[in-house]
Amino acid sequence: MTRTVVTCVVNGDPVDFLCHDHQTLLSALRDELGLTGTKEGCGTGDCGACSVILDGRLVCSCLVLAPEVEGRSIGTIEGMANGQHLHPLQESFLQGAAFQCGVCTPGFLMAAQALLENNPSPTETEVRYGVAGNLCRCTGYDKIVRSILDAAARMRDSDAQRR
Amino acid sequence: MSTAGNGYKWVGTRPVRHDGLDKVTGRAHFGADYATAGMLHGAVLRSPHAHARIKQIDFTEALGLPGVKAIITGADLPELGDDKVAGGEGDATYRDLSRNILAQGKVLYEGHAVAAVAAVTLRLAREAAAAIQVEYEVLPPVLTLEHAMADDAPLLHDDLFTSGLDSPPDRASNVSARHVIDRGDLDQGWAEAEVVVEQEYSTKAVHQGYIEPHAVVAQAGEDGRSTLWCSSQGHFVIRTLTAHVLGWDPGDMKVIPAEIGGGFGGKTTIYLEPLAALLSRRSGRPVKMVMTRDEVFRATGPTSGAVMKVKMGARRDGKLVAARADMAYEAGAFPGSPIGPGIMSVFAPYDIPNVLIEGYDVVLNKPKVAAYRAPGAPMAAFAAESVLDELAEQLGIDPLEMRLRNAVTEGVRAVYGPKYRKIGLVETLEAARDHPHYSAPLGPWQGRGVASGWWMNYGGETTATVSINLDGTAVVMSGCPDIGGSRASLALMAAEELGIDVHRIEPVVADTHSIGYNDLTGGSRVTFAVGIAVVEAARQLIDDLCSRAARLRDVPRTEVEWVDGRAQSVTGAFPPLTLEELAAGSARTGGPLSATKTVNPRGVGVAFSTQICDVEVDPDTGKVTILRYTVTQDAGRAIHPDYVEGQMQGGAVQGIGWAVGEEYIFDQNGVMENPGFLDYRMPVASDLPMIDTVVVEVPNPDHPYGVRGVGEVGIVPPLAAVANAVYAATGQRIRELPMSPVRVLEALSG
Amino acid sequence: MKYRAPTSIEQAVELLASHSGARAFAGATDLIPQIQAGRPEPSMVVDLKRIPQTGVLENRNGHWRVGAAVPAARLTSDRHLVAAFPGLAEGTGLIGSDQIQGRATLGGNLCNASPAADSVPPLVALGAEAVIVGPRGKRSLPVSEVVIGPGVTSLDQAEFITEFRIPTPLRGAADAYERFIPRTEMDIAVVGSAARIRVDTQGRCQEAAVVLGAVAPTVVEVGAATEILGGRKIPEAPDQDPIWEELGNAAEASCNPIDDKRGTVEFRRRVARVLACRTVATAARRARESL
Repeated sequence: MTRTVVTCVVNGDPVDFLCHDHQTLLSALRDELGLTGTKEGCGTGDCGACSVILDGRLVCSCLVLAPEVEGRSIGTIEGMANGQHLHPLQESFLQGAAFQCGVCTPGFLMAAQALLENNPSPTETEVRYGVAGNLCRCTGYDKIVRSILDAAARMRDSDAQRR
Repeated sequence: MSTAGNGYKWVGTRPVRHDGLDKVTGRAHFGADYATAGMLHGAVLRSPHAHARIKQIDFTEALGLPGVKAIITGADLPELGDDKVAGGEGDATYRDLSRNILAQGKVLYEGHAVAAVAAVTLRLAREAAAAIQVEYEVLPPVLTLEHAMADDAPLLHDDLFTSGLDSPPDRASNVSARHVIDRGDLDQGWAEAEVVVEQEYSTKAVHQGYIEPHAVVAQAGEDGRSTLWCSSQGHFVIRTLTAHVLGWDPGDMKVIPAEIGGGFGGKTTIYLEPLAALLSRRSGRPVKMVMTRDEVFRATGPTSGAVMKVKMGARRDGKLVAARADMAYEAGAFPGSPIGPGIMSVFAPYDIPNVLIEGYDVVLNKPKVAAYRAPGAPMAAFAAESVLDELAEQLGIDPLEMRLRNAVTEGVRAVYGPKYRKIGLVETLEAARDHPHYSAPLGPWQGRGVASGWWMNYGGETTATVSINLDGTAVVMSGCPDIGGSRASLALMAAEELGIDVHRIEPVVADTHSIGYNDLTGGSRVTFAVGIAVVEAARQLIDDLCSRAARLRDVPRTEVEWVDGRAQSVTGAFPPLTLEELAAGSARTGGPLSATKTVNPRGVGVAFSTQICDVEVDPDTGKVTILRYTVTQDAGRAIHPDYVEGQMQGGAVQGIGWAVGEEYIFDQNGVMENPGFLDYRMPVASDLPMIDTVVVEVPNPDHPYGVRGVGEVGIVPPLAAVANAVYAATGQRIRELPMSPVRVLEALSG
Repeated sequence: MKYRAPTSIEQAVELLASHSGARAFAGATDLIPQIQAGRPEPSMVVDLKRIPQTGVLENRNGHWRVGAAVPAARLTSDRHLVAAFPGLAEGTGLIGSDQIQGRATLGGNLCNASPAADSVPPLVALGAEAVIVGPRGKRSLPVSEVVIGPGVTSLDQAEFITEFRIPTPLRGAADAYERFIPRTEMDIAVVGSAARIRVDTQGRCQEAAVVLGAVAPTVVEVGAATEILGGRKIPEAPDQDPIWEELGNAAEASCNPIDDKRGTVEFRRRVARVLACRTVATAARRARESL
């Protein structure tokens, strides 16, 4: 079967990969580009483990066909830290013990990043709804929600300092 | 110099876990993240029928597809005997384990594996699996406990005879075993009782719900050796089970553990591993297999659906005098439900003189159950803690007070036999009673429920190694997968012993060829048992370090002690030698610094939890909302409190899901109707409040730091705590789980 | 399966017309799970997102134009649209998680033809029209006539929806949507209800539309709504007023539900009563506030 060349931007870098038309973006990221930080938990958009940012919007990469991303820009967990500096959400998740097994963590971090970009001062309820598309079976969500609220506060503080 | 406020410098602190960075950057490799050159992909053909005889399997056409490299069926597995599976959780024989891996003769549940294919792409492997022709003779399915136990029920296994009966049975049955606990004189107990409550309860099969589907890569070598990369709760057990099922020598198989994306008991056994290994042997190529979520639901272990009739009697002062339980647990297609721990747990928190408990292990046409966090206890507690709540109400006694009046304490003989050693049930009850949550006001259609739970923990065979690098840093090596922060807890105990910074210690999970045998990460055992091995190894190492220091300083060994990471003179007679100095010079003092300890510890602490739940019920729709939730639990000693709290919160939320939403739904043919996260309905973040925790510490005298297992007991109380809260809010007792809106609205309409 | 992403209506129609197994899609949030669940893969999927007309979002000449492939997240973050159609925004905002919102579209939600689609009852209540293109050109159809049964639409194989036209609400009119699910998120509606109410300056109901989802093979309109509510001052919330009993009876009478894993016939009937009343009360309150 013939494959298509897809040219796009992944974590800021121009990238091209070969894929079958039926392949999902999740499969392309993991199997063609070796970016296995994006996880598959269900393949049907019900767990959020495969969350990535596509042209600024949070999506489940299992529900995107790989050829759809031609010319588009994708952000994955591998691009979340800035060089040697972790994103404040990554820091908060570490400090706040926001994961046990860690397999849902990349998806939660992507969703939380998208949430805070749209709403820098979310309430607890807004955080809970903001990550309702991400399943975690280990933590009961408590420490995840706290860590996101904590990161939001840190990001607001450092924003205020910058101004 | 305690920084933890408990007399310790490291134990009880909350450092960032060692594997944390890899997990927030996407670098950690889980089961499905491994790939190797030349790898084939495997797929499984599964039964569309819940119960059928396999008349014929024809895979000629499938095997002829270009790119298809191997196909196996049940006929390719060796005949195995009835010896019990070693090392796993739950009861099973190797013969049944093998028949669950690939159906042999009959398919016994929808999703039962019938054949497996390896091909050059996953898509092709799936196409080939679909092209396999299987001729079935469909048999009537057995889908409920009532049906399975009826005299005229279709039999799953012609050769299954009930064990544990008073007289040996003369015919086969779907009831594989009867278990009994009999203590005191029940008739006398009922005579003494002034109030008696008897009710029947039922729960549905629920799944562990780990987010990472099962995954494996297998490479069978030309020399008969093989390597498996997979995520599991215990790679040594995976090796034992896989090798046995294939008739291979376990010593020829190396299992390399991947990070595990949740297990909760469900990854204590094997599914894909022997398929991938055998396909690799047949094809001569490495084979990768990953389950879909649909396969995880249809073909891996849920825990038992259950029916429980519970009767309890008390005196007017609240003292329990008699209790009886009749319990039947679904085992799925093969014997081995957690009915054993179920009957042990049902009345375990209470001191009751007269008790009779009967439990039945029942096979039916559903997936074979696997261990799930405190296997068998949550449903038992749902029944007993609900009945206890009714008794307390009838007696006009506060429900926590009712439990305090009957709580087991040190020296009391447990319903299931032994005398309790030091335990903390009373302390969890008092912590709940004294928590502001317990006296907070409630609004209309709101209610508060409480429940307690018991769980035994497990010791198990364990090896750990502590080594010092030349720069004075240390490596702590164990063989138990880190499922929720155990690397950090082991490193903390080593740091405490060695007197060095916890981040100068690297905790490692070693593969089956790199360390001695280790049982599973299960039974809440790792921080307890591996902790003991690590502490003992560290102490041996410290003794070695002190001996070397004594030789270097030319003093007797007795004049050297280990304090804060240094060998120092007990009298101050010589300047201390630091770990760094001793490590750097180790070549001249006897060679590398390393100690290995193997243990199989007894005296694992029994754990208790008491939980408070507030709900609000929408009287128009029957929807139950969890408003507030508090977990108190005896951890013995919290080594890393974050991860102790995490276990308590995670267990409670799994229990909440079991209580209000989760269930396996089957159609009349035994086909699962909700094999996905959409309709299986595990709790999402917006369904829940914060889960408050109170870590009670009643140290376990049999662990150097007082550790009890904390992983499991948190899931035991929630089913009843939520049900008792729903009763308090509505005046209706829901005795059947889940308390779905449909069921609650029906109850409200009378 | 071939993937094509035409950039014009003409190209898309040509692809769909010349490939009998081709299927148009936008968000893919139903398409991919259906293939995962074992439905046959289309021979070709035609991505409508790169056609400019499907991405339109504007209010002019008394109508809102909402492109069929505009993602839900864009709709619910457009404050003008949310102000004009709070009920449509509620329904659209309930289609799945934030991740799904990044992809799901009104066109897909409608053409997937599920009776439980959350954006469809509000579209019907608002009197929205679907603009349909195909080999025979362009036509317009009330949204209520697009779906004719579970999984079945009245569109021809090579037709697809480019946009929706929704009348800009008159003064004193407003809508509302609510659904019942067992969890708080991530579920399919067990019952959904949309209401659109227009009140006069005295606050008396002039027009009422109540549309229920997930209680029949397609969404259903509660026919008697205007008859029951017309000329009445609708109370702030469902209370003892007999109007609610009447409305509940009418809602229940419109239902033709099934028993399934998500709910029973009885449960759906009862909850349809509840939600019809709740959404009417909300829409009426919003309508009065808009005066």
